[in-house]
Amino acid sequence: MGVWIMAAVTFREASRKKILWMALAAGAAFLVLFATGLHFQGKDFAAHGMSPVLRREITFAMLTMGLYAVDLLAVLMTILTSVDTLSGEIASGTIQAVATKPVARWQVLIGKWLGFVAMLTAYIAFMVGGVNVVTYAIAGVIARHLVRGCFLIWMESLILLSVTFAFATYFSTLTSGVLALGLHGLAFLGGWIEQFGALTQTQRAVRVGVIASVLMPSESLWRRAAFEMQSPLANAMRISPFSTLSVPSTAMIVYAAIYMGVALALAIRRFSQRDL
Amino acid sequence: MSRASDLAIRTRGLRKVFSGKVAVRNLTLEVSRGEVFGFLGPNGAGKSTSVKMLLGLVFPTGGEAEILGCPAGHVGTRRRVGFLPEHFRFYDWLTSVELLKLHGRLYGMSHAALRERIPALLELVGLAPHRDKRLRDFSKGMMQRIGLAQALLNEPDLIFLNEPTSGLDPIGRRLVRDIIKAQRERGATVLLNSHLLGEVEVTCDRVAFIKDGEVLETRQLTEDAEQTTVSLRALRVTAEVVNGLSQWSRSVCSEGERLRLTLSSPAQLPEVVRYLVAKGVDVYEVTPYRRSLEECFLEIIGSDGGL
Repeated sequence: MGVWIMAAVTFREASRKKILWMALAAGAAFLVLFATGLHFQGKDFAAHGMSPVLRREITFAMLTMGLYAVDLLAVLMTILTSVDTLSGEIASGTIQAVATKPVARWQVLIGKWLGFVAMLTAYIAFMVGGVNVVTYAIAGVIARHLVRGCFLIWMESLILLSVTFAFATYFSTLTSGVLALGLHGLAFLGGWIEQFGALTQTQRAVRVGVIASVLMPSESLWRRAAFEMQSPLANAMRISPFSTLSVPSTAMIVYAAIYMGVALALAIRRFSQRDL
Repeated sequence: MSRASDLAIRTRGLRKVFSGKVAVRNLTLEVSRGEVFGFLGPNGAGKSTSVKMLLGLVFPTGGEAEILGCPAGHVGTRRRVGFLPEHFRFYDWLTSVELLKLHGRLYGMSHAALRERIPALLELVGLAPHRDKRLRDFSKGMMQRIGLAQALLNEPDLIFLNEPTSGLDPIGRRLVRDIIKAQRERGATVLLNSHLLGEVEVTCDRVAFIKDGEVLETRQLTEDAEQTTVSLRALRVTAEVVNGLSQWSRSVCSEGERLRLTLSSPAQLPEVVRYLVAKGVDVYEVTPYRRSLEECFLEIIGSDGGL
């Protein structure tokens, strides 16, 4: 029961403090910009009499670019909104009034986590859905494995959420935010090094990327999502900047799920044992 | 020694060390059920840390603590405990009613019970006209009042009040006193942690003086109320006379013309004067006075405050 009460209050907090609404408003602005770009691109295709195949591939590339931006926004949204919820309440003493109620600490933490999961689910569904609806409405193109791709972006956010929670049980708000963003930055860079390594067939560079993905598997989930959602031609010909030369395996997705579970377990363990 | 079942709080050698710094050295304490107990000590004496250990917010480094017969921090027992933290603060986007509803739900109270309890509590703490006001618009005193209301939601058997009058005006302080009195009449145990000795003196049955994380002394205030200290100016006081006064007082102090003694009741004073006159002592002045809690505090804790 305590879990659901905390989840509800966390979700309501995002709503009442206008975090969710502002994020959705900013997301809507992003969709308008994306739609405008796509509209003019379509007009230009028609004027130049571009072949339908090429037109479709470029639209797919734009769709992937839009989803890439959504992925980055989701990453920032996850870390920035959740980083203060534990460390901030511990520092201000707000948590004391909750932690002295007949609710186990793990329930408080899981409740808050679920509240953020609900908020992020709404945000990612709105943004990924919005980009696809816009692309379909303007150019008649939709992501190839939309649900699978959306699930992977969602999972990436959940990993970052769990890692941010784990850091927040040890460190202050600012330190936790820097650490979570830094760790994702490491994975991001590692992912690109792996891509270039695969392009130039430099095995050691690929290995650096794989190690970075082991340290933080968030970026590898995006790369798998991009692979799932892009056109088969772009994947095969590697003609898009988001073409994945080194596709993260299913084993990496399983590893990412375990990683998330471990991060959440660490957060629970630390939160249950620390002084408040 | 009280039976364990009669005790609301029981600690044995409770100890807390933060990064090598001892916050609570050796806290051994017993608080009976139905008692209003004051926790007194200078800043940094370990009072707040002790309260946090009893509530399970801070984990002890050593020793043991029980509240209401269960180990401190036991989740089920918290259903019977209320707590007002020092400088109560909570999500400022909630209204008074929403805050109490949330805490009530965390206590496991039903919606029906909360529908009755919340208006009554808001009335009690004087916030009924502000039921739909958000906490962000509350003054410090109003925050303290709503904090007090959340601590009483579940009609707890044991209530921890940490500086409850902080930020309150005289009317608010009076309200806190009345609430504590009502809780005692209801049979609840109250642990009051306050710097305001005057508040403690009028509300508590018993107090513990704490310094450096140890209980230096516990004192029954209700018994103390009868105790009277008398200062006399008298001549021709012999050692035999001073010894004779021990039948009324255990602490007799003679310095020049001044005699000072503590009597267990003011009714003994005429007997003492009669005794002195009969012994040929010239009595010029008799001044009875009650030692305030502040004087006791300074005597026990010391004027350095332990800092």
